[in-house]
Amino acid sequence: MAPTANTGFNIQQIREDFPLLSREVRPGVPLTYLDSAATSQKPMVVIDAMNRYYQDMNANIHRGIHKLAEEATYAYEGARQRIADFIHAPSPEELIFTRNTTESINLVANSWGRTFLKPGDVILLTEMEHHSNLVPWQILANHLSLRLEFIPVTPQGLLDQDAFLTLLDQEPKLLALTHMSNVLGTINPLEDMLAKAKSAGAMTLVDGAQAVPHFPVDISTLKADFYAFSAHKMVGPTGIGILYGRRELLEEMPPFLGGGEMIKRVELRSFKTNDLPHKFEAGTPAIAEAVGFGAAVDYLSQIGMAEVEKQERILAGYALESLSGIPNLHVLGPGIEERGGVVSFYIDGIHAHDVAQILDSEGIAVRAGHHCAQPLHTKFNLPATSRASLYLYNTPEEIDRLVEGIHKTKSIFA
Amino acid sequence: MEDFYRELIIERYKTPHYRGVLDPNDFSYEDDNPACGDHIQIDVRLDETGVVTEAVFSGEGCAISQASADLLVESIIGKHIDEIKALGKEDVLDNLGIELGPVRLKCALLPLKVLKAGIYGLGDQEAED
Repeated sequence: MAPTANTGFNIQQIREDFPLLSREVRPGVPLTYLDSAATSQKPMVVIDAMNRYYQDMNANIHRGIHKLAEEATYAYEGARQRIADFIHAPSPEELIFTRNTTESINLVANSWGRTFLKPGDVILLTEMEHHSNLVPWQILANHLSLRLEFIPVTPQGLLDQDAFLTLLDQEPKLLALTHMSNVLGTINPLEDMLAKAKSAGAMTLVDGAQAVPHFPVDISTLKADFYAFSAHKMVGPTGIGILYGRRELLEEMPPFLGGGEMIKRVELRSFKTNDLPHKFEAGTPAIAEAVGFGAAVDYLSQIGMAEVEKQERILAGYALESLSGIPNLHVLGPGIEERGGVVSFYIDGIHAHDVAQILDSEGIAVRAGHHCAQPLHTKFNLPATSRASLYLYNTPEEIDRLVEGIHKTKSIFA
Repeated sequence: MEDFYRELIIERYKTPHYRGVLDPNDFSYEDDNPACGDHIQIDVRLDETGVVTEAVFSGEGCAISQASADLLVESIIGKHIDEIKALGKEDVLDNLGIELGPVRLKCALLPLKVLKAGIYGLGDQEAED
């Protein structure tokens, strides 16, 4: 049965805001886009904002004295301010523009990690991390002879909180974990975990790539030391992301990349770093993308993140209910109370790629593979899963189409 | 799409004719398709002239990769390794009887990649001998 509609949420209007959603995948086959955890679609206001930037004010920022440079700088820094407001960060100087979540985490590993960690130090991660919050620490651990420890994932797809407390006895220097799993959909109890890590003397880094797009995130109450996320998963453009860092930490850290903009003064054999946030933004940044990112948070703010969360919860509940009724289909991860709108599943005897291929013939876009979380799949002894991921523009009818597509897949392999 | 999952592919996926391992063998090689987790191992026995007498595959993955492996292994029995070295993408697609886009092509071609790596590995050994 279709779920109760979220009144006050004009889904038809929202769908019209995203031009790509009305395209046909092939003649006569409408698009059912269920891959927003990989990247979201973009509303016209974001595309327009970037076009307008190039048409009306394109110039390099900060250095120029002329009118265009001033307008471009204003647009770029204005976007930073609005993104800071969106996550309730104390000040925009604590937001570094990066390429994406991955680069944000690499920045911390290379700058903070190489400066403040010593051989034998422990970094505490979890078994549900995306490769972006795993491989940078593996590289660093190899370089500095660090020890990596992992909070186990329970069969239900939750972090084992007892094991976490025991691991804190090893006095990790850093806890780095995801806010929401991109495979299991699990939303981790961050406030509690970060507070415990802090009491144990650890710094904290959060991979918020799947969180900031989908529910209200308040940096000021979470009290993470570092928080990373990407624009392209939250109706913004590719190529730009954010690293939030606590000011005292960012001040102490050496620069990540060297070049223009990140310096205050340069001599032949030395340089003096620029103030925050410019110290970490070497070279000409993705200016149009920053402008688009600003338009994206404006768009989401206008709808309201609490509304987005509510809508997705209704849809995710419906998806879980619909899929769990299909014989020989297994959904990964916890129940609706502890998860977001990411639903990974597998069907006995049918490889995830074949599922995705047959769904594609019906115009349904899902992801198949290990979703950049190979150790998690290894743990659950799965070569690959199919993943349907939801966003504010999805509808119950699209879930119904997914279910029909799965039935078709099963009949082909019957 | 119906072509994609034509009967032959589903049939070979569900009941492969050449699934197994050979021990001892003249060469064995395995590899993964990291994007999707397909895994293929191919074990081969040769006679003294370099003709394949027995060949089998093992591993797991999508219907395309597994059916492609089964059909490839079938096609090389009785062939000389020099003939096998000359096999290409078209031969694999002919076996399967379908056209594939760039992503699924990797699934279909993994068995051939494994087989060739095995043969060239064998060449190295011979060179060392």
